[in-house]
Amino acid sequence: MSEILITIDGKQCVATEGEYVLNVARRNGIFIPALCYVTNCSPTLACRLCLVEVDEKRAYSCNARAKEGMSVITKSEEIEKERRAIMEIYDINHPLECGVCDQSGECDLQNYTLEMGVDSQRHCIPDTPRPTKNWGFIHYDASLCIVCERCVTVCKDMIGDAALKTVPRGGAELPKEWKDKTEKDAYAMWNKLQKSIIGVASGAQTLDCTFCGECTAVCPVGALVGSDFQYKSNAWELKKIPASNPHSSDCSLLYYDVKHTSIKDDKPKIYRVSSDQNYAPLHGAARYGYDFENVVEGKDSTAFTKAILLLEARVDTIAFDSYITNEEAFILQKLKEKFGYRLVNEDASTYQQFLKAFSQTSGSNLYSGDLKTVSQSNFVVSFGSALKTDSPNAGYAMNNALGMNKGAGLYFHPVADPIVSGYSKNLLSITHKVGAEEAIAYLLLNLFGNKEEMPKELLMDVDALLSIIGMEADFSEKLEKLLEKKDSFSLIVGEDVYKHPKAENIAQLLGLIERFTPFKVVIIPSKTNTLGVSLICDLDAQRGEYTLGYNVKGDFTLSALLGKGDLAMPALNQQEGTFTSMNKRVVPTNAALSFKGYCLNDLANALGLEAEWTIDYTKELPSDKGFEAREFDSLPNTFDNSGFENRGYLLRPLTFTCKDCVEPLSEVENFGEEVVYQANPVLQFSAFTNQAHQLCEAGALYASAEFLEHKNLKDGDMVHITNEEGDKLVIAIKLDPHTAGLIPYLPTFDTKIDVTPFFKDGYRFAKLTIKGVNHE
Amino acid sequence: MELRDFQNRNINPGYIFFEGETKPTNGWESFKRVFKRSIKGELFVGLWIVFREMIRFDIHTVQYPAEKLEMSPRYRAIHKLLRLFESGSERCIGCGLCEKICISKCIRMDTHVDEKSRKVVSEYTINFGRCIFCGYCAEVCPELAIVHGNEYENASEQRAHFGLKEDMLTPLDEFKAKKQQEFPGFGALSDHANETVKQTPLAY
Repeated sequence: MSEILITIDGKQCVATEGEYVLNVARRNGIFIPALCYVTNCSPTLACRLCLVEVDEKRAYSCNARAKEGMSVITKSEEIEKERRAIMEIYDINHPLECGVCDQSGECDLQNYTLEMGVDSQRHCIPDTPRPTKNWGFIHYDASLCIVCERCVTVCKDMIGDAALKTVPRGGAELPKEWKDKTEKDAYAMWNKLQKSIIGVASGAQTLDCTFCGECTAVCPVGALVGSDFQYKSNAWELKKIPASNPHSSDCSLLYYDVKHTSIKDDKPKIYRVSSDQNYAPLHGAARYGYDFENVVEGKDSTAFTKAILLLEARVDTIAFDSYITNEEAFILQKLKEKFGYRLVNEDASTYQQFLKAFSQTSGSNLYSGDLKTVSQSNFVVSFGSALKTDSPNAGYAMNNALGMNKGAGLYFHPVADPIVSGYSKNLLSITHKVGAEEAIAYLLLNLFGNKEEMPKELLMDVDALLSIIGMEADFSEKLEKLLEKKDSFSLIVGEDVYKHPKAENIAQLLGLIERFTPFKVVIIPSKTNTLGVSLICDLDAQRGEYTLGYNVKGDFTLSALLGKGDLAMPALNQQEGTFTSMNKRVVPTNAALSFKGYCLNDLANALGLEAEWTIDYTKELPSDKGFEAREFDSLPNTFDNSGFENRGYLLRPLTFTCKDCVEPLSEVENFGEEVVYQANPVLQFSAFTNQAHQLCEAGALYASAEFLEHKNLKDGDMVHITNEEGDKLVIAIKLDPHTAGLIPYLPTFDTKIDVTPFFKDGYRFAKLTIKGVNHE
Repeated sequence: MELRDFQNRNINPGYIFFEGETKPTNGWESFKRVFKRSIKGELFVGLWIVFREMIRFDIHTVQYPAEKLEMSPRYRAIHKLLRLFESGSERCIGCGLCEKICISKCIRMDTHVDEKSRKVVSEYTINFGRCIFCGYCAEVCPELAIVHGNEYENASEQRAHFGLKEDMLTPLDEFKAKKQQEFPGFGALSDHANETVKQTPLAY
């Protein structure tokens, strides 16, 4: 793709050949109205507002591709007349209920109606009754819908659920007499508007999707809103506090929309989460799991004094998890340096070792890809990650690449996932044997590696690898078809492999894949700030005699979970600081709510560190690990008009000399028939998501319909889980319609269910026996 | 009066211009003025008039509290929340415009969705400690739900006693007794509203 020059309204603009004119205009600050276009998704041409003149011919800028020397006029009398007519049509029979509508104040229909100066109506047609629908988290008021199809587009092109489509409205045919009285484009738009409405793609009564809520974010009018938010507050009353997703490592930009709780209660409350929907999709947990704040009445000085005394006298270990900010991790590291505490964080330490092994063969401490390179590539491979639940945003990027770049891909996972398989017909889902991830890494290296430069001992017979992985022999033919015309490659690797028995070797193979294949690798940090913690902290493997736990159980526990622990800590929506996202970016997050208790910085200050605020440490983050010495307040947190992620700063990768010492492929352990996977259901990531009032649920053993049938069980039955060591658990079984195959999964989000005994060595698959509990 | 009358800036006819008395310039003149004013006995002139009217029993004072003035529709006293004449349900739709326009930021409302999926206002307050009775809320209200009443007797232990929804909303028994009056003040439709609005065609 070459750079070209085009002229828009007399202004010279640099564009990439084949880019949409609308995007070029937006990047250059030229306004073209558009209702239906969603950035990074396919143009639907539903609204026709983006009408422009390209070289004196009418064109729609959302799907007109830039060509060298092309001249675009965005405004003329004729165009403005057409646009006004279109807005007039949109206003026909649109209920005049702006007074109660949730979108009022941020409504595109309101804005464009005023922009185009529609103050009277020439058209009339009988309205069709359009009932409202309640789809769980989402409320659809069909009478407000202008069928711009943004929701349909984003659900298909970005999210990958493809759960929505346009269905017939059942209204009267548009009388022909209007054809002569109405402008051409306005009439065409009207004709379509009159016929269609949004419905559930599967034809079912209610929406059955992963409930990311992205459709409610893109809806330009009040048709799709969050059920919980409906009629609670007007848009203009809410104060938007920019932050980053606290639940998973995509750390997407989000805004906490805050207002006083009620007339009686002046304390701020988060009413909803909104996003920059054109640039950063949010998954459901980020959108609905916002109220996980910790509420305390005041400073608990007895517990605080006790914590200080313990830290001074008895504590030799601080155990914590990765749901903390970089600054907090840095405070812990400083405490370690000063007092010699052991720092134990299993998840970050696993990831740290994995990246270390990776850097030995790749020559860099960081992987080269990010979600942007994934969504811009046209061949995406993923293994070792249950994308839909582990890292939905990586899944969105993959789906976006498949859909928008005519891409193809491979999805390797032992648990079949109908949602991911449904991304594209050019995505080959391979349900492989449990534990075959090492063989997959070898396979990728052998299929895509540069055979001349690669060390010879890595070369293996592809067919042999296929049978080890458990794939069919016709794979090579299928792959050849998928690879036609593909030139940019991405590989997503997830947390299954970090605790794989051969994790170190897989990491080294990934390093080689980075070096010898065209793949850009993304190694997904398993929790929000796993990458940050693994860079900042020197972690220890074993706990000592007395442990101070931070958000994990210790002899004395600091906890941000409501009512848990000995000393309350602020939750991530009550803290300011930075996260290190999977895009290798240090992104800021702000406090939406206040916290009246103590924070980690208070403890550190009492122990002799000196900083007024936690964020004073932002500029001190270790520069030898790639961080920059920048003040927290200087970190931006926006997307600009070109879609550039102007958030925080990028980590500087460190380079090393490569030391290859890869082991040969070892035999795959036979896991047998009864295997359980450790994963959280859609919308759950941790105890924090489960604390949010919309997401709160009891954990269960989640299984596919196929599994229930196979075991002769019903949804809601109790089952008995045992392993060879004799650990037992009695748990309800719950049908998850979005998985397939015979591997059920156990969640970690519910603090009442302890699944750690079953996954002792950390690998996410375990041999377990499941029996239905007999009630007779 | 026509527009032309307003545009006429010549205000001479009908007005008497008072030049004012010359101010004393030195001590002697000041002394003379004080002397003149003290001797003239204007106080007794006033007292005489009061006494004369008293014995004539020609009294124009309103005999408050026995007698009360009829207030102008534009008088802006403590607010009222009105009901719909047709159904008796509350007019307020919870659009929040009064809250937004209020320049002393003294209006607050809580809204939620009810079981019939309508927006309802669960609580509505005006902080009368801050309200300046400007009338913007009544003017902006699209439903003519919040209006100014003409109740000027606001004696209570607390100002807050007037500021809740239950205090301002027309009580149902009063409504049933057809005592609720339409509000003719600011924000109400003018008599010739139909002529000024362009109607949407309804020809189907």
